[in-house]
Amino acid sequence: MNNPTPTPTETTPQSRFPVREVVLFGALLVAVLGVYMAMGTAYSTRMLVEAACYAILALGLTIQWGYAGQFNAGVMGFVAIGGFSAMFFSVPVNDAFWGTELPGELGRVLLYAVASIALVVGATRLDRLGVPKKLRTVIAVILGVVLYLVVISMLRAVTSEIQSRAGFVGGLGLPAWTGWIVGGALAGGIGYYIGRICLGLRSDYLAIATLGIAEIIKAFLKNSDWLTRGTATVSPLPWPTPGPSELGFTLARAVYLSVTAAMIAVIFFLLHRAYHAPWGRMIRAIRDNEVSAAAMGKDINKRRLEIFVLGCILMGVGGGALASFNSLFDPQGYLPLNHTFLVLVMVILGGPGNNLGTIFGAVAVYIIWLMSEPLALFLMNLAVMFGEGVFGWDPPGNLSSRALQARVLVIGLLITLVLRFAPQGLLPEKVKHHG
Amino acid sequence: MNELVFFINNVVIAGSVTGSIYAIGAIGVTLVFSIMRFAHFAHADMMTFGAFMVLLLTMAFPGAGAVVGLPTAVVMLPLAMALTALLAVGIDKAFYKPLRAHGVKPIVLVIGSLGVTLMLQGLIRLFAGTSAQSLYIAERKEIYRLELPFELATRPIIVTEPQIILFILTIASVVGLHIFLNRSRLGKAMRAMSDNPDLARASGINTNTIVAVTWVIAGGLAAIAGTLLSLDVTFKPDLSFFLLLPIFAAAIVGGVGHPYGAIAGGFVVGFAETLAVFNWSVMLRPIAHLFPEWIEIPRNLAFVGTEYKIVVPFFILVAILVWRPTGIFKGKVI
Repeated sequence: MNNPTPTPTETTPQSRFPVREVVLFGALLVAVLGVYMAMGTAYSTRMLVEAACYAILALGLTIQWGYAGQFNAGVMGFVAIGGFSAMFFSVPVNDAFWGTELPGELGRVLLYAVASIALVVGATRLDRLGVPKKLRTVIAVILGVVLYLVVISMLRAVTSEIQSRAGFVGGLGLPAWTGWIVGGALAGGIGYYIGRICLGLRSDYLAIATLGIAEIIKAFLKNSDWLTRGTATVSPLPWPTPGPSELGFTLARAVYLSVTAAMIAVIFFLLHRAYHAPWGRMIRAIRDNEVSAAAMGKDINKRRLEIFVLGCILMGVGGGALASFNSLFDPQGYLPLNHTFLVLVMVILGGPGNNLGTIFGAVAVYIIWLMSEPLALFLMNLAVMFGEGVFGWDPPGNLSSRALQARVLVIGLLITLVLRFAPQGLLPEKVKHHG
Repeated sequence: MNELVFFINNVVIAGSVTGSIYAIGAIGVTLVFSIMRFAHFAHADMMTFGAFMVLLLTMAFPGAGAVVGLPTAVVMLPLAMALTALLAVGIDKAFYKPLRAHGVKPIVLVIGSLGVTLMLQGLIRLFAGTSAQSLYIAERKEIYRLELPFELATRPIIVTEPQIILFILTIASVVGLHIFLNRSRLGKAMRAMSDNPDLARASGINTNTIVAVTWVIAGGLAAIAGTLLSLDVTFKPDLSFFLLLPIFAAAIVGGVGHPYGAIAGGFVVGFAETLAVFNWSVMLRPIAHLFPEWIEIPRNLAFVGTEYKIVVPFFILVAILVWRPTGIFKGKVI
């Protein structure tokens, strides 16, 4: 991906025994078994489920970054959308809201909003009736500002009413997987608009725009107490599988793991088929040489948008699965660190464009991420013990919260090291050369 | 009249403060882009690092300010600028230069800078903890109240000491940068390299020196901006996430690769933010009796709540991307 001319190793014949894959996955198995020995089954199964959810996210990003070279720096936003949707669909119905006249009032405000949008759109078309263009722009802007202020103050009134009388809107009481699907669709829709604006420009813009949209989604979810309970968080979210109260922790988590594993298998199979189909070949052709692909009559912007939306959908679904598993919707818990950069490292370390490599990267990086905190704490305790004994140090009190920051450092170091020494990832995409 | 004073305090002064900080940050982003051709995401963390260095130095020498008559943090600023510049050059040597030597695409450098962001953030939090801290350790923040010579204005215009220092330093650094870019040999070489790197290299300009100088300037300016922001509010280790979007928006609004555009963009974004969260119903109060009965002015007429401040730079960014991808000053398209 990073250097367009293939190195000799990539052009070697395909029919070799996959030594690298076997060795790397073997090492991963050993690491997982090591965690099982050290931390116990319940903890380790939980880790595997989370790693599986992250693998879905990573597959979404590997489509965007590996197949098409689009750098999405806002994974967190799409994950949060999926999480919100999982919460909204699965949480039980709140009668304190639905039993009153509040839904009607909320609906009325939404109707006003739709009507205002229609009015403003109408005003932008005034030039067709013979209004001068400058006047049309002035009218549209003034109308937009005034109507926006009217609608937003009505919305503020209704939402504060909802908050004080009903707490929050509540959910729809449907099974969790409906939320996952809708979350994927919502994320895809947002991705569509971002892609429409940014995909034609240089890739840095896409990174900045996605970063921004992620922050905005988070700000909205965090501050819309009437919809999401904001910082008060919503829990518990129902699981799509039997919960720990029926099966016990380990078994329930194992069942959930099998659900996520099945999802990964389906996604993997579909992506594999797509990659080797003419569609995949076209995508790679666009990535490797945009100009000649355009000359062959491929609609580059449309394909890019397809890829981007597809990746966002997977992120939404993965985000839903992750939120349902945690059984807690906390808008503040969506950190760019965990959800964007961690996934990015997974993709880059595993090998962008290689689905197997991405899954490997997801599990491996998640283990590193989880384990770097206890390791750092251990090292810090060692240093403090040493310091107290030799120099008579006074250790700072919040050592464990600081050890948490070691994860950030490790992830950052990992990105830069991989970019420097293994820019193709540990399991590079095998570039086939036809003919 | 009191409404006007309220407007001056809450929009004119607050907008200039954030505008100056964004402008100084955006100049660094734009310079790095015009020389090395990538969006440097770790810039906001360099700002945080500079402020953190000031914090450490202030803690080490709390009495130094009293000797000169300035806040200790300001006295320590030049040292922190040097340290941040050193860090910037070091980061380039360690992380970006090898990637550039490999001839990677700019977007890979962007990812590399994300890695640097994470490392800096991890290091700063590891040493500074996660809570907010004031840069005024030994002294108190001076607050100046200017009474207006009008009958109707009973409230004073309020300016704080760090804000005055901020305005002076902003003007000084902008003038200094202007003189450097237009008069000195190095500055001219920098502009040449930004316009056409191949031609600049062919005419004997040492690109390594230019890159190093760019990092020194960007690092120094980042330290100023970070410190000034921390002086005005407080130092927080997670400052960078709140700065990243506005400074990139400012650089793009002004036209990427265009230092004067970055200054203009910084003020555009700063004022847009303050105007968007300003409660306009205060301004409508004196003329409220002119409205017909059936219009009831709500108490809160702000465009967005303060908690949605982050939305504003994003919308400016999108609007610019849609209408004028090269920015107001016709910079380069990235």
